[in-house]
Amino acid sequence: MFHLRDKKLANDIIAKIKQMDVHLKFMHVCGTHQDTLVKNGLDTLFQSCGITIGQGPGCPVCVTTPQEIEEMLLLARKGKMVTTFGDMIRVPGESASLQHMHAEGYDIRTVYSIDDAVTLARIHKEKEVVFVAVGFETTAPTTASVLLKHPPANFSILSCHRVIPPALQAILEMGEIKLDGFIEPGHVSTIIGMAPYEFLSTTYKMPQVIAGFEPLDLLMAVWMLVRQIYNKQAKVENEYLRAVHSEGNVKAQRAMKTVFDCVDVKWRGFPTIPKSGLELKKDFTSYNARDKFEDELKPLWDQDFSEPKGCRCGEVLRGLISSQECPLFGTACQPSHPIGPCMVSIEGSCNIEYRYTWK
Amino acid sequence: MCRLLFCPVCLAIPGKIVNIDASKEYATVDYGEGTQRKANISLVEAIVGDYVLVHAGFAIQILDEKEAQETLELFREMLRAGEGS
Repeated sequence: MFHLRDKKLANDIIAKIKQMDVHLKFMHVCGTHQDTLVKNGLDTLFQSCGITIGQGPGCPVCVTTPQEIEEMLLLARKGKMVTTFGDMIRVPGESASLQHMHAEGYDIRTVYSIDDAVTLARIHKEKEVVFVAVGFETTAPTTASVLLKHPPANFSILSCHRVIPPALQAILEMGEIKLDGFIEPGHVSTIIGMAPYEFLSTTYKMPQVIAGFEPLDLLMAVWMLVRQIYNKQAKVENEYLRAVHSEGNVKAQRAMKTVFDCVDVKWRGFPTIPKSGLELKKDFTSYNARDKFEDELKPLWDQDFSEPKGCRCGEVLRGLISSQECPLFGTACQPSHPIGPCMVSIEGSCNIEYRYTWK
Repeated sequence: MCRLLFCPVCLAIPGKIVNIDASKEYATVDYGEGTQRKANISLVEAIVGDYVLVHAGFAIQILDEKEAQETLELFREMLRAGEGS
Protein backbone atom coordinates (compact mmCIF):
# COMPACT_ATOMS: atom_id res chain seq x y z
CA MET A 1 0.00 0.00 0.00
CA PHE A 2 2.89 2.38 0.75
CA HIS A 3 4.97 1.29 -2.24
CA LEU A 4 3.55 3.23 -5.15
CA ARG A 5 4.26 1.84 -8.59
CA ASP A 6 2.43 2.69 -11.83
CA LYS A 7 4.43 2.78 -15.06
CA LYS A 8 1.75 4.48 -17.13
CA LEU A 9 1.27 7.23 -14.56
CA ALA A 10 5.04 7.75 -14.37
CA ASN A 11 5.22 8.07 -18.15
CA ASP A 12 2.28 10.49 -18.15
CA ILE A 13 3.99 12.74 -15.57
CA ILE A 14 7.26 12.68 -17.53
CA ALA A 15 5.42 13.56 -20.74
CA LYS A 16 3.73 16.51 -18.99
CA ILE A 17 7.06 17.82 -17.70
CA LYS A 18 8.70 17.43 -21.12
CA GLN A 19 5.82 19.34 -22.76
CA MET A 20 6.63 22.36 -20.62
CA ASP A 21 10.12 22.74 -22.13
CA VAL A 22 11.85 24.21 -19.09
CA HIS A 23 15.38 24.84 -17.86
CA LEU A 24 15.24 24.77 -14.07
CA LYS A 25 17.37 24.00 -11.03
CA PHE A 26 15.83 22.58 -7.87
CA MET A 27 17.36 21.62 -4.55
CA HIS A 28 16.27 19.00 -2.06
CA VAL A 29 17.68 18.49 1.42
CA CYS A 30 17.27 14.83 2.19
CA GLY A 31 19.56 11.83 1.71
CA THR A 32 16.58 9.57 1.16
CA HIS A 33 15.40 11.79 -1.71
CA GLN A 34 18.89 11.62 -3.22
CA ASP A 35 18.85 7.84 -2.85
CA THR A 36 15.51 7.61 -4.69
CA LEU A 37 16.70 9.99 -7.41
CA VAL A 38 19.98 8.24 -8.16
CA LYS A 39 18.93 4.62 -7.53
CA ASN A 40 16.03 4.93 -9.96
CA GLY A 41 17.86 7.01 -12.57
CA LEU A 42 15.49 9.93 -12.00
CA ASP A 43 18.36 12.43 -11.83
CA THR A 44 19.35 11.71 -15.44
CA LEU A 45 15.72 11.47 -16.51
CA PHE A 46 15.04 14.94 -15.09
CA GLN A 47 18.17 16.29 -16.79
CA SER A 48 16.73 15.10 -20.10
CA CYS A 49 13.66 17.22 -19.25
CA GLY A 50 15.83 20.30 -18.61
CA ILE A 51 15.71 20.00 -14.80
CA THR A 52 18.75 19.66 -12.54
CA ILE A 53 18.17 18.55 -8.97
CA GLY A 54 20.94 18.80 -6.38
CA GLN A 55 21.20 17.77 -2.76
CA GLY A 56 21.83 20.68 -0.43
CA PRO A 57 22.77 20.48 3.25
CA GLY A 58 20.33 17.62 3.82
CA CYS A 59 22.45 14.99 5.52
CA PRO A 60 22.75 15.51 9.27
CA VAL A 61 25.97 13.50 9.57
CA CYS A 62 27.49 15.48 6.69
CA VAL A 63 26.77 18.94 8.14
CA THR A 64 28.20 18.08 11.56
CA THR A 65 31.24 20.33 11.98
CA PRO A 66 34.86 19.30 12.53
CA GLN A 67 34.63 20.90 16.00
CA GLU A 68 31.69 18.68 16.95
CA ILE A 69 33.63 15.62 15.75
CA GLU A 70 36.54 16.67 17.99
CA GLU A 71 34.13 17.03 20.94
CA MET A 72 32.96 13.43 20.45
CA LEU A 73 36.54 12.16 20.16
CA LEU A 74 37.66 14.05 23.27
CA LEU A 75 34.78 12.72 25.37
CA ALA A 76 35.76 9.19 24.34
CA ARG A 77 39.41 9.86 25.17
CA LYS A 78 38.35 11.09 28.61
CA GLY A 79 36.78 7.72 29.38
CA LYS A 80 33.11 8.34 28.58
CA MET A 81 31.05 5.73 26.78
CA VAL A 82 30.15 7.51 23.52
CA THR A 83 27.01 6.23 21.84
CA THR A 84 25.66 7.30 18.46
CA PHE A 85 24.10 6.21 15.19
CA GLY A 86 26.01 4.01 12.74
CA ASP A 87 27.34 6.49 10.20
CA MET A 88 28.53 9.03 12.74
CA ILE A 89 31.28 6.81 14.08
CA ARG A 90 33.02 6.71 10.69
CA VAL A 91 33.33 10.46 10.10
CA PRO A 92 37.02 11.36 10.25
CA GLY A 93 38.20 14.06 12.63
CA GLU A 94 41.65 15.67 12.48
CA SER A 95 43.42 12.71 14.09
CA ALA A 96 40.92 9.85 14.11
CA SER A 97 37.29 8.80 13.86
CA LEU A 98 35.20 7.25 16.62
CA GLN A 99 35.63 3.97 14.74
CA HIS A 100 39.43 4.26 14.95
CA MET A 101 39.13 5.00 18.66
CA HIS A 102 36.91 1.95 19.12
CA ALA A 103 39.66 -0.13 17.50
CA GLU A 104 42.10 1.35 20.03
CA GLY A 105 39.90 0.15 22.88
CA TYR A 106 37.87 3.26 23.72
CA ASP A 107 34.23 2.68 24.61
CA ILE A 108 32.20 3.61 21.50
CA ARG A 109 28.81 2.01 20.94
CA THR A 110 26.55 2.14 17.89
CA VAL A 111 22.88 2.38 18.79
CA TYR A 112 19.68 2.11 16.79
CA SER A 113 17.81 4.58 18.98
CA ILE A 114 18.45 6.99 21.85
CA ASP A 115 16.41 4.53 23.93
CA ASP A 116 19.26 2.02 23.53
CA ALA A 117 21.76 4.60 24.81
CA VAL A 118 19.62 5.16 27.93
CA THR A 119 19.47 1.40 28.49
CA LEU A 120 23.29 1.29 28.32
CA ALA A 121 23.42 4.05 30.96
CA ARG A 122 21.13 2.02 33.22
CA ILE A 123 23.29 -1.09 32.81
CA HIS A 124 26.65 0.69 33.19
CA LYS A 125 25.91 2.86 36.23
CA GLU A 126 29.66 3.24 36.88
CA LYS A 127 30.22 5.03 33.54
CA GLU A 128 29.25 8.36 32.07
CA VAL A 129 27.27 7.59 28.90
CA VAL A 130 27.11 10.34 26.26
CA PHE A 131 24.70 10.10 23.34
CA VAL A 132 25.81 12.10 20.30
CA ALA A 133 22.43 13.48 19.22
CA VAL A 134 22.58 14.02 15.46
CA GLY A 135 19.65 14.77 13.19
CA PHE A 136 17.11 17.30 12.04
CA GLU A 137 13.54 17.85 13.23
CA THR A 138 12.77 14.18 12.51
CA THR A 139 15.19 13.02 15.20
CA ALA A 140 15.20 15.90 17.71
CA PRO A 141 11.76 14.99 19.17
CA THR A 142 13.04 11.49 19.99
CA THR A 143 15.84 13.08 22.04
CA ALA A 144 13.36 15.45 23.68
CA SER A 145 10.96 12.64 24.49
CA VAL A 146 13.65 10.66 26.31
CA LEU A 147 14.93 13.65 28.31
CA LEU A 148 11.42 14.46 29.46
CA LYS A 149 11.27 11.02 31.10
CA HIS A 150 14.25 11.66 33.42
CA PRO A 151 16.94 9.24 32.23
CA PRO A 152 19.66 8.23 34.74
CA ALA A 153 22.10 10.86 36.05
CA ASN A 154 25.07 9.20 34.29
CA PHE A 155 23.40 9.88 30.91
CA SER A 156 23.91 13.04 28.86
CA ILE A 157 23.69 14.21 25.26
CA LEU A 158 26.02 16.13 22.98
CA SER A 159 23.46 17.97 20.88
CA CYS A 160 24.33 18.26 17.20
CA HIS A 161 20.66 18.68 16.27
CA ARG A 162 19.84 21.21 13.58
CA VAL A 163 16.70 22.52 11.93
CA ILE A 164 16.14 22.76 8.19
CA PRO A 165 14.30 26.02 7.30
CA PRO A 166 17.11 28.40 8.44
CA ALA A 167 19.58 26.45 6.27
CA LEU A 168 17.33 26.86 3.23
CA GLN A 169 17.20 30.58 3.96
CA ALA A 170 21.01 30.65 4.28
CA ILE A 171 21.36 29.06 0.83
CA LEU A 172 19.15 31.78 -0.64
CA GLU A 173 20.81 34.61 1.30
CA MET A 174 24.31 33.49 0.32
CA GLY A 175 23.25 33.79 -3.31
CA GLU A 176 25.96 31.48 -4.63
CA ILE A 177 23.48 29.37 -6.53
CA LYS A 178 20.33 30.31 -8.43
CA LEU A 179 17.47 28.02 -7.53
CA ASP A 180 13.97 27.77 -8.97
CA GLY A 181 12.39 25.71 -6.19
CA PHE A 182 12.84 23.46 -3.19
CA ILE A 183 11.72 19.84 -2.78
CA GLU A 184 11.11 19.76 0.97
CA PRO A 185 11.98 16.73 3.10
CA GLY A 186 8.98 14.51 3.79
CA HIS A 187 10.02 13.12 7.15
CA VAL A 188 11.13 16.43 8.63
CA SER A 189 7.77 17.75 7.45
CA THR A 190 5.82 15.01 9.27
CA ILE A 191 7.03 16.79 12.40
CA ILE A 192 7.06 20.50 11.48
CA GLY A 193 4.17 20.57 9.00
CA MET A 194 3.92 23.21 6.29
CA ALA A 195 3.99 26.58 8.08
CA PRO A 196 7.76 26.81 8.82
CA TYR A 197 8.53 26.85 5.07
CA GLU A 198 6.05 29.56 4.15
CA PHE A 199 8.41 32.53 4.69
CA LEU A 200 10.63 31.16 1.93
CA SER A 201 7.74 31.49 -0.53
CA THR A 202 6.51 34.88 0.71
CA THR A 203 9.93 36.53 1.20
CA TYR A 204 12.02 34.81 -1.46
CA LYS A 205 9.25 33.82 -3.92
CA MET A 206 10.37 30.19 -3.83
CA PRO A 207 8.04 27.45 -5.06
CA GLN A 208 8.18 24.52 -2.61
CA VAL A 209 6.72 21.03 -2.57
CA ILE A 210 6.93 18.60 0.36
CA ALA A 211 7.63 15.19 -1.16
CA GLY A 212 7.55 11.53 -0.22
CA PHE A 213 10.20 8.99 -1.13
CA GLU A 214 8.77 6.74 -3.81
CA PRO A 215 9.91 7.46 -7.39
CA LEU A 216 6.34 8.52 -8.22
CA ASP A 217 6.38 10.95 -5.27
CA LEU A 218 9.41 12.71 -6.71
CA LEU A 219 8.05 12.73 -10.25
CA MET A 220 4.85 14.27 -8.95
CA ALA A 221 6.65 16.79 -6.73
CA VAL A 222 8.78 17.98 -9.65
CA TRP A 223 5.70 18.32 -11.85
CA MET A 224 3.99 20.33 -9.07
CA LEU A 225 7.02 22.65 -8.87
CA VAL A 226 7.11 23.09 -12.64
CA ARG A 227 3.37 23.81 -12.62
CA GLN A 228 3.83 26.51 -9.94
CA ILE A 229 6.58 28.14 -11.99
CA TYR A 230 4.52 27.93 -15.18
CA ASN A 231 1.59 29.57 -13.36
CA LYS A 232 3.92 32.18 -11.79
CA GLN A 233 3.14 31.00 -8.27
CA ALA A 234 5.37 30.60 -5.21
CA LYS A 235 3.74 28.59 -2.43
CA VAL A 236 4.18 25.54 -0.23
CA GLU A 237 2.40 22.45 -1.54
CA ASN A 238 2.22 19.01 0.03
CA GLU A 239 2.61 15.99 -2.22
CA TYR A 240 3.17 13.57 0.71
CA LEU A 241 -0.41 13.69 1.95
CA ARG A 242 -0.40 10.17 3.36
CA ALA A 243 2.21 11.13 5.98
CA VAL A 244 2.39 14.92 6.31
CA HIS A 245 -0.43 16.86 7.95
CA SER A 246 -0.35 20.62 7.47
CA GLU A 247 0.05 21.18 11.23
CA GLY A 248 2.75 18.45 11.57
CA ASN A 249 3.10 16.35 14.72
CA VAL A 250 2.05 18.78 17.44
CA LYS A 251 3.00 16.44 20.29
CA ALA A 252 6.53 16.13 18.91
CA GLN A 253 6.78 19.91 18.37
CA ARG A 254 5.73 20.48 22.00
CA ALA A 255 8.41 18.07 23.26
CA MET A 256 11.07 19.87 21.19
CA LYS A 257 9.99 23.30 22.43
CA THR A 258 10.07 22.14 26.07
CA VAL A 259 13.58 20.74 25.84
CA PHE A 260 15.49 22.80 23.26
CA ASP A 261 16.37 26.42 22.51
CA CYS A 262 17.14 27.45 18.94
CA VAL A 263 20.74 28.70 18.81
CA ASP A 264 23.15 30.01 16.18
CA VAL A 265 25.44 27.23 14.92
CA LYS A 266 27.86 26.52 12.12
CA TRP A 267 27.13 23.83 9.57
CA ARG A 268 29.93 22.13 7.69
CA GLY A 269 30.62 24.21 4.61
CA PHE A 270 28.56 27.14 5.92
CA PRO A 271 29.20 30.09 8.17
CA THR A 272 27.13 30.37 11.37
CA ILE A 273 23.43 30.08 10.50
CA PRO A 274 21.20 32.02 12.90
CA LYS A 275 18.77 29.96 15.01
CA SER A 276 19.58 26.77 13.12
CA GLY A 277 20.81 24.59 16.00
CA LEU A 278 19.08 23.01 18.96
CA GLU A 279 20.77 23.22 22.37
CA LEU A 280 19.26 22.04 25.67
CA LYS A 281 17.42 24.58 27.77
CA LYS A 282 18.81 25.49 31.22
CA ASP A 283 16.32 23.14 32.94
CA PHE A 284 18.07 20.23 31.25
CA THR A 285 21.63 21.35 31.91
CA SER A 286 22.41 18.20 33.92
CA TYR A 287 21.87 16.21 30.70
CA ASN A 288 23.95 18.57 28.56
CA ALA A 289 27.39 17.04 27.97
CA ARG A 290 28.74 20.52 27.09
CA ASP A 291 27.77 21.77 30.57
CA LYS A 292 28.53 18.57 32.44
CA PHE A 293 32.03 18.20 30.94
CA GLU A 294 32.69 21.87 30.28
CA ASP A 295 36.18 21.82 31.81
CA GLU A 296 37.23 19.03 29.49
CA LEU A 297 35.59 20.35 26.33
CA LYS A 298 36.28 24.08 26.76
CA PRO A 299 39.81 24.05 25.26
CA LEU A 300 38.27 22.89 21.96
CA TRP A 301 35.80 25.73 21.70
CA ASP A 302 38.40 28.41 20.89
CA GLN A 303 40.17 26.33 18.28
CA ASP A 304 39.60 26.26 14.56
CA PHE A 305 39.43 22.80 13.03
CA SER A 306 39.95 22.60 9.32
CA GLU A 307 38.18 20.44 6.78
CA PRO A 308 40.17 17.41 5.58
CA LYS A 309 42.79 18.45 3.00
CA GLY A 310 41.35 18.57 -0.52
CA CYS A 311 37.84 17.70 0.66
CA ARG A 312 35.11 19.65 -1.13
CA CYS A 313 32.15 18.44 0.99
CA GLY A 314 31.37 22.07 1.85
CA GLU A 315 30.78 22.95 -1.80
CA VAL A 316 28.78 19.74 -2.34
CA LEU A 317 26.58 20.64 0.64
CA ARG A 318 25.99 24.17 -0.70
CA GLY A 319 24.94 22.67 -4.05
CA LEU A 320 27.83 24.33 -5.89
CA ILE A 321 29.45 21.20 -7.29
CA SER A 322 28.38 17.61 -7.90
CA SER A 323 30.12 14.81 -6.04
CA GLN A 324 32.01 13.76 -9.16
CA GLU A 325 33.52 17.24 -9.54
CA CYS A 326 35.56 16.68 -6.37
CA PRO A 327 39.00 15.42 -7.42
CA LEU A 328 39.09 13.02 -4.46
CA PHE A 329 35.81 11.32 -5.45
CA GLY A 330 36.26 7.63 -6.20
CA THR A 331 40.04 7.85 -5.94
CA ALA A 332 41.39 8.90 -2.54
CA CYS A 333 37.86 9.16 -1.14
CA GLN A 334 35.69 6.04 -1.25
CA PRO A 335 33.13 4.52 1.14
CA SER A 336 35.76 2.08 2.43
CA HIS A 337 38.16 4.94 3.29
CA PRO A 338 36.20 8.20 3.26
CA ILE A 339 37.95 11.55 3.50
CA GLY A 340 34.82 13.67 3.99
CA PRO A 341 31.48 12.97 5.63
CA CYS A 342 29.49 13.04 2.36
CA MET A 343 31.28 9.78 1.44
CA VAL A 344 30.68 8.27 4.90
CA SER A 345 26.96 8.56 5.35
CA ILE A 346 24.54 6.45 3.34
CA GLU A 347 22.59 9.71 3.11
CA GLY A 348 25.60 11.66 1.81
CA SER A 349 25.47 12.54 -1.87
CA CYS A 350 29.01 11.26 -2.55
CA ASN A 351 28.26 7.90 -0.94
CA ILE A 352 25.02 7.57 -2.92
CA GLU A 353 26.74 8.59 -6.17
CA TYR A 354 29.51 6.08 -5.57
CA ARG A 355 27.19 3.20 -4.67
CA TYR A 356 24.87 3.53 -7.64
CA THR A 357 26.88 5.03 -10.47
CA TRP A 358 30.64 4.69 -9.98
CA LYS A 359 32.19 1.96 -12.10
CA MET B 1 18.51 -5.41 2.85
CA CYS B 2 16.91 -4.27 6.08
CA ARG B 3 17.59 -0.54 6.19
CA LEU B 4 16.29 -0.44 9.78
CA LEU B 5 19.76 -1.28 10.98
CA PHE B 6 21.57 1.36 8.95
CA CYS B 7 21.99 5.01 9.75
CA PRO B 8 18.55 6.10 10.83
CA VAL B 9 19.17 9.83 10.76
CA CYS B 10 16.71 10.71 7.98
CA LEU B 11 15.24 7.39 7.10
CA ALA B 12 11.76 6.42 8.29
CA ILE B 13 10.04 3.16 7.47
CA PRO B 14 6.32 2.32 7.47
CA GLY B 15 5.09 -0.56 9.59
CA LYS B 16 1.91 -1.82 11.23
CA ILE B 17 1.40 -1.83 14.98
CA VAL B 18 0.53 -5.37 16.03
CA ASN B 19 0.77 -5.01 19.80
CA ILE B 20 1.08 -2.24 22.40
CA ASP B 21 2.69 -3.08 25.74
CA ALA B 22 1.18 -2.40 29.16
CA SER B 23 3.15 0.84 29.64
CA LYS B 24 1.52 2.21 26.41
CA GLU B 25 4.99 3.55 25.57
CA TYR B 26 6.20 0.74 23.31
CA ALA B 27 4.61 -1.18 20.46
CA THR B 28 5.60 -4.14 18.31
CA VAL B 29 5.71 -2.95 14.71
CA ASP B 30 5.51 -5.36 11.77
CA TYR B 31 7.49 -4.21 8.72
CA GLY B 32 6.51 -7.20 6.57
CA GLU B 33 8.57 -10.16 5.40
CA GLY B 34 8.87 -11.43 8.96
CA THR B 35 10.52 -8.34 10.41
CA GLN B 36 9.04 -7.16 13.70
CA ARG B 37 10.66 -4.73 16.07
CA LYS B 38 9.81 -2.74 19.16
CA ALA B 39 9.21 0.98 18.65
CA ASN B 40 8.63 3.82 21.08
CA ILE B 41 5.17 5.28 20.39
CA SER B 42 5.21 8.14 22.91
CA LEU B 43 5.24 10.81 20.16
CA VAL B 44 1.99 9.64 18.54
CA GLU B 45 -1.52 8.63 19.65
CA ALA B 46 -1.53 5.23 17.94
CA ILE B 47 -3.64 2.12 18.38
CA VAL B 48 -3.17 -1.50 17.30
CA GLY B 49 -3.71 -1.77 13.53
CA ASP B 50 -2.38 1.72 12.75
CA TYR B 51 0.39 2.10 10.21
CA VAL B 52 3.18 4.30 11.56
CA LEU B 53 6.38 5.81 10.18
CA VAL B 54 9.24 4.66 12.39
CA HIS B 55 12.42 6.70 12.62
CA ALA B 56 15.34 5.94 14.97
CA GLY B 57 13.19 3.59 17.03
CA PHE B 58 10.30 6.04 17.42
CA ALA B 59 6.98 6.22 15.63
CA ILE B 60 6.93 9.81 14.39
CA GLN B 61 3.61 9.90 12.54
CA ILE B 62 0.55 7.77 11.87
CA LEU B 63 0.14 7.06 8.16
CA ASP B 64 -3.21 7.71 6.57
CA GLU B 65 -4.16 4.34 5.09
CA LYS B 66 -7.06 5.76 3.07
CA GLU B 67 -4.92 8.59 1.72
CA ALA B 68 -2.23 6.05 0.71
CA GLN B 69 -4.76 3.91 -1.14
CA GLU B 70 -6.07 6.96 -2.98
CA THR B 71 -2.67 8.51 -3.76
CA LEU B 72 -2.31 7.19 -7.29
CA GLU B 73 -5.87 8.20 -8.21
CA LEU B 74 -5.24 11.64 -6.71
CA PHE B 75 -2.09 12.00 -8.85
CA ARG B 76 -4.08 11.07 -11.97
CA GLU B 77 -6.75 13.63 -11.10
CA MET B 78 -4.13 16.33 -10.51
CA LEU B 79 -2.56 15.59 -13.88
CA ARG B 80 -5.96 15.81 -15.55
CA ALA B 81 -6.77 19.06 -13.72
CA GLY B 82 -3.44 20.50 -14.84
CA GLU B 83 -4.13 19.57 -18.46
CA GLY B 84 -4.16 23.15 -19.63
CA SER B 85 -1.13 24.31 -17.64
